[in-house]
Amino acid sequence: MNRRPVFLITMLCFGFAFFYIPILSMMVYSFNGSRLATVWGGFSTKWYVSLLSNRQVLKAAILSIEIAVLSATFATILGTMAGIAMARFKRFRGRTLFSGLVTAPLVMPEVITGIASLMLFILMAEYIGWPATRGFTTVTLAHITFSMVFVTTIVHSRLVQADEAIEEAAMDLGSRPWQVMKDITLPVISPAIMSGWLLAFTISLDDVVITNFTTGPGTTTLPILIWSKVKLGVTPDINALATITVVIVGIGVFIAGWLLNRAEKAREHDIQLAYQANQ
Amino acid sequence: MEAAHRSPGFRRWFNRRGWIKITIATPYVWLSLFFLLPFVIVIAMSFATRTPTAPPFSFGGDYPVMNTNHYARLIHDDLYVRAYLNSIGNATLATLMCLLIGYPMALGLTRVSRSWRNVLLMLVILPFWTSFLLRVYAWMGLMGTNSWFNKLLTGAYNWVMPADMALRYIPMMNTGFAVVLVTVYSYLPFMILPLYANLEKLDLSLNEAAMDLGSRPFQVFRDVTLPLSLPGIIAGSLLVFIPASGELIIPSLVGSSSRPMIGRVISDEFASARDWPMASAVAVALLLLLVGPLMAYTYFEGKSLEKKKAEGES
Amino acid sequence: MPEPATTADAKIAQFPRAVAPAIKETPFIRIEGVTKRFGAFTAVSSVSLEIRKGEIFSLLGGSGCGKTTLLRMLAGFEDPTEGRIFIDGQDMTDLPPYERPVNMMFQSYALFPHMTVEKNVAYGLKHMDMTPSQRSDRVREMLALVQLSDFSHRKPHQISGGQRQRVALARALAKQPKLLLLDEPLAALDKKLREATQFELMDIQDKTGTTFIVVTHDQEEAMTLSSRLAVMDKGRIMQTGTATEVYEYPNSKLVAGFIGSINFFDATVRATQGDTAEVEVPELGGMVEARAIPGLTPGQPITLAIRPEKLTISRGKPATANAFPGKVRDLAYFGKDSLYRIQMPSGRVMSVNSVNARRVGENERVADWEDAVWLSFEPAAAILLKD
Ligand SMILES: Nc1ncnc2c1ncn2[C@@H]1O[C@H](COP(=O)(O)OP(=O)(O)O)[C@@H](O)[C@H]1O
Ligand SMILES: [Mg+2]
Repeated sequence: MNRRPVFLITMLCFGFAFFYIPILSMMVYSFNGSRLATVWGGFSTKWYVSLLSNRQVLKAAILSIEIAVLSATFATILGTMAGIAMARFKRFRGRTLFSGLVTAPLVMPEVITGIASLMLFILMAEYIGWPATRGFTTVTLAHITFSMVFVTTIVHSRLVQADEAIEEAAMDLGSRPWQVMKDITLPVISPAIMSGWLLAFTISLDDVVITNFTTGPGTTTLPILIWSKVKLGVTPDINALATITVVIVGIGVFIAGWLLNRAEKAREHDIQLAYQANQ
Repeated sequence: MEAAHRSPGFRRWFNRRGWIKITIATPYVWLSLFFLLPFVIVIAMSFATRTPTAPPFSFGGDYPVMNTNHYARLIHDDLYVRAYLNSIGNATLATLMCLLIGYPMALGLTRVSRSWRNVLLMLVILPFWTSFLLRVYAWMGLMGTNSWFNKLLTGAYNWVMPADMALRYIPMMNTGFAVVLVTVYSYLPFMILPLYANLEKLDLSLNEAAMDLGSRPFQVFRDVTLPLSLPGIIAGSLLVFIPASGELIIPSLVGSSSRPMIGRVISDEFASARDWPMASAVAVALLLLLVGPLMAYTYFEGKSLEKKKAEGES
Repeated sequence: MPEPATTADAKIAQFPRAVAPAIKETPFIRIEGVTKRFGAFTAVSSVSLEIRKGEIFSLLGGSGCGKTTLLRMLAGFEDPTEGRIFIDGQDMTDLPPYERPVNMMFQSYALFPHMTVEKNVAYGLKHMDMTPSQRSDRVREMLALVQLSDFSHRKPHQISGGQRQRVALARALAKQPKLLLLDEPLAALDKKLREATQFELMDIQDKTGTTFIVVTHDQEEAMTLSSRLAVMDKGRIMQTGTATEVYEYPNSKLVAGFIGSINFFDATVRATQGDTAEVEVPELGGMVEARAIPGLTPGQPITLAIRPEKLTISRGKPATANAFPGKVRDLAYFGKDSLYRIQMPSGRVMSVNSVNARRVGENERVADWEDAVWLSFEPAAAILLKD
């Protein structure tokens, strides 16, 4: 087909404009000197200065990262276990319920998960006394629960694609199933486990709704702080915060893409070498 | 001492059967406790009675077995019916818009060169990694009455329309239109990615074969590409529709308070009115409304898996 | 019985030497009435086999006939629905794969992608009672055996397909299994490499003396490699024997057709006399003298089969039995031989292979298009098949 798909290219341009114009506009207005967030009043970096000297924002950011690291780590452990159970243990009691439990949170509206978790925590505090107050613990517990199933999805799909013959080969060479898991399966799926962690980390870092329900006084994560400010309208320092986020994420994604690209090139090079050696 | 004495036995048990049991039981117990149990609580709560105590509910009292009044109110109270209709309507509209924009984009992605494709895919995924809240916020800035975007649209509107219908600005914030627009913006990647994954796997030689047999490009699209991409369309639509119908952030920030949406209703019943039973009943009803599409999804998913398996074996 | 090491072959001294070429007659592997069902589908159906120590035994059959399933039951990945498997007198049927003295070379090679070539080969040794230096000696010896010593620190994706195949072989041999299973070991290689590797494989088997069971769907490969082979179809063993036995004395139409090409004719038995039988073949237009098989009765319908290379083409009528006139319809020149399509007066077309032993020009060929020729064959070349 040598006809250029003009319509499709046009739609792509339109689509990407739609994606990025709001973000770019927000970034430009973060350098707005005016107090009115949407009226241009000259170039200024004062919102960045005020943002970086705002202890409340800093504290919230650190708290968010703490929660995200902790919950992503637990979510990765639990989610990987569930992924392995789903992909490798074909028959066990209650498997149907289990497969429902690892998929339902993926599609559950956040509001419902939020009120359900909150009711659980209130009743737990009432009847067993733990966790006594809502805050860091309850938010982390809720985040682990709804982000672990994303890890499960990633790990499961990786395991399903993986060549089961390599696990059989290890068993054939004398390893018992647990050793096969340790020596072969886990190392082979480690990239999937890492991307699972990264996804769980971002989901936790980004969450508003569930955190909003499960948090208590004194535990304000960054999204909750932004949420409470944004509900009152557009403010210039949020523009600055958003710009910083976009730039950090953009650089991260760029570096990841570059590394992947380099690894791919190195791999191609290796393969070529191998074929030359074989001639 | 005792632990040291016992450890070889534990080790043997772990290496043989134990690790399997632990691998299954740990996430199972966790999800049962922190996901299934809360869910059961929600269902039970929807049959409880609201009381001015803490926690604000009780069972029994005037209603010996269960209180079904909340469900009756769902049907009779105009607020809830409107909220459901608004939410489902907005979600449907947003899903259709996502499909209309996302399908050509996904198809376009499969037609550009390899190196471009990787860059563009990264650009689709990039907003995923930035905060959802900030993406909604970006539109608040654009839609405000004084923003350059609003002025641009107003100028265009006034230029087209007769002078006596001129506007000072276009009211966009706090409207149903804003909710749909921002929903489309936020969920578009969820439509593009499954569609792209599906379209990418289609064999281009099928298109060439169809053209070779005399079809024009649009006919090829209608007869070959579209039917084959149905699984992608279904997956993408459900990934947009289900979260969009329970959305809380978008209607709270850019929606109109006179147009209730179900996510906000649940949240308000629960937090402001402290009516746990009513909030639970609204939630359960929303889930029931969503179970339909969900079952369709698993059905189609299962069927395409079976088909793949059958193809793989033959 | 391990022979003492000789200096000439110190490299492979640790292996029990093969008692080649004489293969011991006692069965080393015994498969007794093994059946495997997947639900209602029978993948392997009451297979019984005896395989001797030091043999290369091939399982030959079309795709989906149950070869891999049979192999996986020997390795312990599938449990037989019925029947038992013995190796060296020991019942293996209920042992898990990691407790069997059997190793497998997988069809996909199944190399561990995150380990170097060296680590791959060493992996099985960590479960054996060896000192670290014995282990590294064994790995070195194995890599030398498959000529990959220079690649020991590469990862599997950094070597070519042929090299991967050899790593898989070295890894499976490192534990010195009593039995090595090879699932389509050469299928992923291109034709030239495949032929070279066939001989390498035979050489390695000869050096190590390990018993090999090779699965293949390629009949030439099976015939080159193996001391004996079994032809499988739809989960059953159709015939077992040496390559010559199976090729020259097939016991069924299916085996005759699967191995090599062949011409089949409907025939009727007319008389038997000692070693020969007279059968009437309408499509050849007369009586044929064929090698008799037991249990023939006059009037019995039967199939006559003749391999294309057993037919002789001549211009004049040869003075033997089994000579029939025909006409050249088609001819294809392949270099070392030519394929003729000869039409008989009945209309039936037969394939005939003729070796081009002499170097001749185009117009000196035995026969050309539309020539009238005679076809003849010896009675011993005419195979009678009951089914
Ligand atoms: N785990 C399984 N479940 C169901 N059917 C199977 C399974 N493994 C193999 N089969 C079926 O058994 C038959 C034989 O398979 P296989 O032994 O792999 O054949 P071959 O190796 O001779 O090509 C095939 O029809 C295959 O579909
Ligand atoms: Mg096979």
